[in-house]
Amino acid sequence: MNGIDIQAIFFDECEESLQAAEAGLDACKAGTQDGETINAIFRAVHSIKGGAGAFGYEALASYTHVFENLLGDVREGTVPVTSDLVDMLLLALDSLRDHVESVRGGTPAPDDAAIKARLAEAHENVGKDGGAAAAEAAPAASAPEPAAASGSSDTDDLDALLDDLLGSDPAPAAAQAPVEEAAEDEGEVEGDEWALYVCPQAGAMDNGSEPLLWLRELVELGGTCVKCDESILPQIDEMDPKEGYLAWTFAMPGSVERDKVADIFDFVGEQCLVLYGEEALNPPARERKVAAPEAKAPPAVAPAPAAAPASAAAKTEAAAAPSPTAAAPASQSIRIDLGKLDQLIDGVGELVIAQAMLAQRLTNEGLAHFEELAMLEGLVRDIQESAMAFRAQPISSVFSRVPRLLRELASSTGKHVKLVVAGETTELDKTVIERLSEPLTHLIRNAVDHGIESAEDRQAVGKDPEGTLTLSAEQKAGRIVIRIGDDGGGINREKVLAKAIEKGIVDPEVHNLSDEEIDNLIFAPGFSTAAQVSSISGRGVGMDVVRQNVKELGGRITIESRPGQGTDFVLALPLTLAISDGMIVQVGDQSLVVPLTHVVESLSPAESEIKGMGRNIRMLNVRGQFLPIVPLRQLTGGPCADASAEASMENGVLVVVETERCGQAALLVDAIIDQRQFVIKSLDTHYRSVDGVAGATILGNGRVALIVDVDRLVLDMTSRRQAPAEAA
Amino acid sequence: MKPTRILTVDDSASMRALLLHALTTQGFEVEQAEDGQQAFEWLATNEVDVVITDINMPRLDGFGLIEQLRDTARHADRPILVLTTESSDEKKRRARDAGATGWIVKPFDAEKLATAVRRVAH
Repeated sequence: MNGIDIQAIFFDECEESLQAAEAGLDACKAGTQDGETINAIFRAVHSIKGGAGAFGYEALASYTHVFENLLGDVREGTVPVTSDLVDMLLLALDSLRDHVESVRGGTPAPDDAAIKARLAEAHENVGKDGGAAAAEAAPAASAPEPAAASGSSDTDDLDALLDDLLGSDPAPAAAQAPVEEAAEDEGEVEGDEWALYVCPQAGAMDNGSEPLLWLRELVELGGTCVKCDESILPQIDEMDPKEGYLAWTFAMPGSVERDKVADIFDFVGEQCLVLYGEEALNPPARERKVAAPEAKAPPAVAPAPAAAPASAAAKTEAAAAPSPTAAAPASQSIRIDLGKLDQLIDGVGELVIAQAMLAQRLTNEGLAHFEELAMLEGLVRDIQESAMAFRAQPISSVFSRVPRLLRELASSTGKHVKLVVAGETTELDKTVIERLSEPLTHLIRNAVDHGIESAEDRQAVGKDPEGTLTLSAEQKAGRIVIRIGDDGGGINREKVLAKAIEKGIVDPEVHNLSDEEIDNLIFAPGFSTAAQVSSISGRGVGMDVVRQNVKELGGRITIESRPGQGTDFVLALPLTLAISDGMIVQVGDQSLVVPLTHVVESLSPAESEIKGMGRNIRMLNVRGQFLPIVPLRQLTGGPCADASAEASMENGVLVVVETERCGQAALLVDAIIDQRQFVIKSLDTHYRSVDGVAGATILGNGRVALIVDVDRLVLDMTSRRQAPAEAA
Repeated sequence: MKPTRILTVDDSASMRALLLHALTTQGFEVEQAEDGQQAFEWLATNEVDVVITDINMPRLDGFGLIEQLRDTARHADRPILVLTTESSDEKKRRARDAGATGWIVKPFDAEKLATAVRRVAH
């Protein structure tokens, strides 16, 4: 694992932390302000800070440090959780998100001066008001006072508890009464060497410490033990293995710095007396330990009687505190490199194909009804579903960003919008999730900007002045359906049509557009109805891009608008991008795949249902609606002369497809062969991009079949013949 | 000689990865846990030479883990290092009082880790 991998994990983690912090702050805002919620927010920011320091992202580390300071105050209860505070923390979180983005993208750090100053100010105010009280509270924390009043973190409670358990602090070495004479002059230190005196006290071996290791380290540094003082070593029956009876004097080479030696004894602190230079040669006299029970007993088992009730209470509290969370099941997960996962899924795709090929071969041999074959098919399907589930992620990762978006929109438009979310646990392919956030953001901006009316307008028609945005996701018939609904005024169709005519998107002569067709005009390139172009939406580039994005994901977007009541945008997305359902059709000697998402119905037309328009255009009458017929033979490079087209029309099958931009059309094929799942292989990577072809797949018989890009194909055909609407 | 075996306890995957990388390059054997609770449960049936733990973690934090381990006879003298972002005397005192054998101040490098581990590994 190299640095880049670890950084990638860090960024994933930042994302998780940001989401956790945001969820926590949202919960605070909604009134849940318990310790665990606050702690989770603190942990999230703390974790980003840790990584930032480790990777050397200074701006991020410095910002998180300031952020964490204030959160620390909040956690300790010295800063009350007010609505204003939560708002500020949310802003600070937004800025933190920008910081993370800038580090990830390698762009300059965002300007955080203002928010940083606010955070620092809030933190410093605590120091002024509560600092003195906190300082006093700290040593007294062993008393069961409300810990929240103390200025230190919850670990102080633990400190207090441990202080109680350990009894009093071990007496500082300097306080020991001089009884014996100072060490004799044996410990000579020569040349540029300097003297070091080491005397572990009782407690130096607590916490798993091992003084012998320090002495070894001194020797490794080049030190020489010149004297061991065992003068106070008691008789063996009086000896306490945890007590410090020995003291050593070392001669350290002049080249070894004092700091380096001090480092060795950093961990042990006061439990080991360390003296340097002159002082080391004249250590304080040591007292022989008397075998009196109160002095000798290990402090841990003899807490001061007065402190016992408090310690017991503290212990109960400490034990009770983590229990609600400790009961939660451990999340058992491992991280897998996405590349490896895709390799597996690719392999599963091949397995699906191989299985289909085997089935085909056996069928040809007349062996189709073997039980084992059905078993294999079932297993392959199970494996495929499991493999797909690896890439699945809950859509909540996208939905959770919406509150921030709404806050931004509220401040820029003045429209406060309630958010209702449903089905956020619905799972979608990771790639789909990643590419969904942009169109979703645009749709939400659009809903707030154009859909939801101003508070005054809403009140005028008797609506709640606060608009509501509804986000929902559900799995429906092999698709994920995402609905973005607002309770605004609905699409003003007159205005849309007038605008479309003005922009030249619709011919002014056309008057028979259905409501649905008018609604769909907002997806036309260059369309914008905002009377005033705002900074948020309404630049007229949005909605067609949204539709394009959704289409690239293999999905479709539809509008359901009710005048005066609101508009719903409905996105239907595939569960995965790698495997799709398709209809295999025969055209000449070629097999083609039509993605099932486009297919509406298929029919064998009677001659009377086909009307000719001009030389090359034929229309199919489907229950009174005329649809252009697109012979797929054109795509396969076959002749599309009248004679052959005519001929194939007789025996052919028409597949009615729904397209994004041209409504419905009928694809003319020779026959429908099969309908099943196929693995999409990109032509771009194996060959080159071909107009009208979305990709390729391998069929059960081992042959390669092209996947038809229905939208593109129909668009090409119809635009070549000029607007078919005129003909209708 | 058998390599020193270390359990790292950190809820941050990137920190675990950094520790793993740094410690294995220094020749240590590394086991990992995602929080104090998982570490404690794992240690109930497993043995390591040194535990390195973060302080702030969900479920059971670093100090809580140390407290529980110190209450367990088998781990009472287990060398435990805590990862801390601050090197103030106040923080050191707190770590020591909580039962930590020593600490590693973040950000750390492989050498700093190795020195700290060798200083406490029995």
